Amino acid sequence: MSLTFSLAHLMGGIILLCAFLQLSQRRLAAMITLYQLEALILSVAALWQGYAQHEMALYLTGLITFALKAVLLPWGLREIVLRFNMVRAVETAMPMALSMILGLALIGVAVLVVLPTTMRSISLTREDLAIALSVVLLGLLLMIVRRNALAQIIGFLSMENGLVLAAVGMPGMPFVAEFSVALLVLLAFLVVGVFLLRIREHFDTLDLSGLEEIERRGR
Amino acid sequence: MLIITLTVLATALHIGLCFAGAPLLLGLVNKLRAWLLGRRGPPLTQPYWHLVKLLRKSTLVPDTATDLFTFWPLGAFLAVTVATMLIPGFATGLLTAPAADYITVIGLFALARTATMLGGLETGFGFGGAGAAREALFGLFAEGALLVLLLAFALLAHSTSLDGIAATFRTAHIGISVSLGFALAAMLTVALTETGRIPTDNPSGHLELAMVHEAMVLEYSGRLLALLDYAGMLRLVAWMNLIGTIFLPFGMARAADILSWPGGLALWVVKLLVMAAVLSVFEVSRAKMRVFRVPEFLGAALLLGMLASVFLFVAARIGA
Repeated sequence: MSLTFSLAHLMGGIILLCAFLQLSQRRLAAMITLYQLEALILSVAALWQGYAQHEMALYLTGLITFALKAVLLPWGLREIVLRFNMVRAVETAMPMALSMILGLALIGVAVLVVLPTTMRSISLTREDLAIALSVVLLGLLLMIVRRNALAQIIGFLSMENGLVLAAVGMPGMPFVAEFSVALLVLLAFLVVGVFLLRIREHFDTLDLSGLEEIERRGR
Repeated sequence: MLIITLTVLATALHIGLCFAGAPLLLGLVNKLRAWLLGRRGPPLTQPYWHLVKLLRKSTLVPDTATDLFTFWPLGAFLAVTVATMLIPGFATGLLTAPAADYITVIGLFALARTATMLGGLETGFGFGGAGAAREALFGLFAEGALLVLLLAFALLAHSTSLDGIAATFRTAHIGISVSLGFALAAMLTVALTETGRIPTDNPSGHLELAMVHEAMVLEYSGRLLALLDYAGMLRLVAWMNLIGTIFLPFGMARAADILSWPGGLALWVVKLLVMAAVLSVFEVSRAKMRVFRVPEFLGAALLLGMLASVFLFVAARIGA
């Protein structure tokens, strides 16, 4: 087993671990820190793949990931928490243990889906693909099991990290695609920031169960 | 003949060092913690004096306790003693190696826990019962996690003996595996719970609401308490040896080869020092968890152990 593969694999594992641990955290600060760690490892993974594949574009991806996701976005998220004076503990929609078991099941699904469909491709990238798909699914799950809007954004961002991880591991992925995804996420973040402000103005809280209440009354 | 003599010598050295050094290791952890908090801390030999003090005190037995009251500390102590003897420290291939099975070691720790719990229930006194109930709750998850990990280790090493696991993990072709990373995270979580360190139990705390281990041994005094405290110190050494053997098996000496001993001993001491340092930094930087959050913490360990196995199946299918 080559060093390239081992290290890429290890970093993928740490990213998956971070995504999984985000499910087990109740506090916004801990979730943001985990997201930051995840993005940091992702940027290192991109740089390492750039070195291994001799791709200039991957270095750029790594640097953009570092600047945007490991520095700028966590800072912005922390700023939102401070500015809005939010309650730091997040409401969960289901018991913590149940959501973690669901997370494990999703990882199992990802593994089962990726293995048969990629039987013919290069064997070394397959495990990475399974990890990336798991991170995406865990991000989705995180968006489902949290009531708080900010926690849902973190789930969305974490999901996007999974996409980048998949793109970085595949040789020959065009740089433009990754770049546009990164830009898209930043835009989405800005839009969501404004959106949060509006929710906050209307309900004095970021707990989205208030929205459900209105929906029910409207019918 | 020479090989047998050397093996016996190495085993004696291993047992002697573990038993004599256990209080020193605890003293070191306490000292490092104090330093990190900006205090001077107790001297390194403080745990020895603590044991000597307890040995000189009189031993009281509550009126409500049965005759078995004095038996439980002994039972807990013996179980931990055997586990410490079995888990290899600086060398593999010890005299105890054929019996040093991962499942046996889990069983011995469970036995020690059961004996301590029964000791806590012995007097029919509230705190003891509360402590025992909590310990049982933690044990349920901790042992589950350890058994799930057994699956991962057995799949990787094709063996459940600690020597076999160490021998397989020492060779390079396993490489850095994601499964092992998950397994390490799960193992550390369980180790913190088993040795009663900070996120789950405060070793130096006597706050009634949060006590777990302290609550069970509250009624013991004198020699019996010394036995229980010494068992706690041995447990710390045993867990550090277990983690060292499974996850850091590099540089372990072979018992039949005396020339490899000094290197193995030196590396063993370094590993223990590093683990003590990591433990104290972790303890200082974390707050103690609420008691009813601990099952969640251990549940995460259980799931991490399962993840380790899931990824092993992936690796097995790809043949990587």
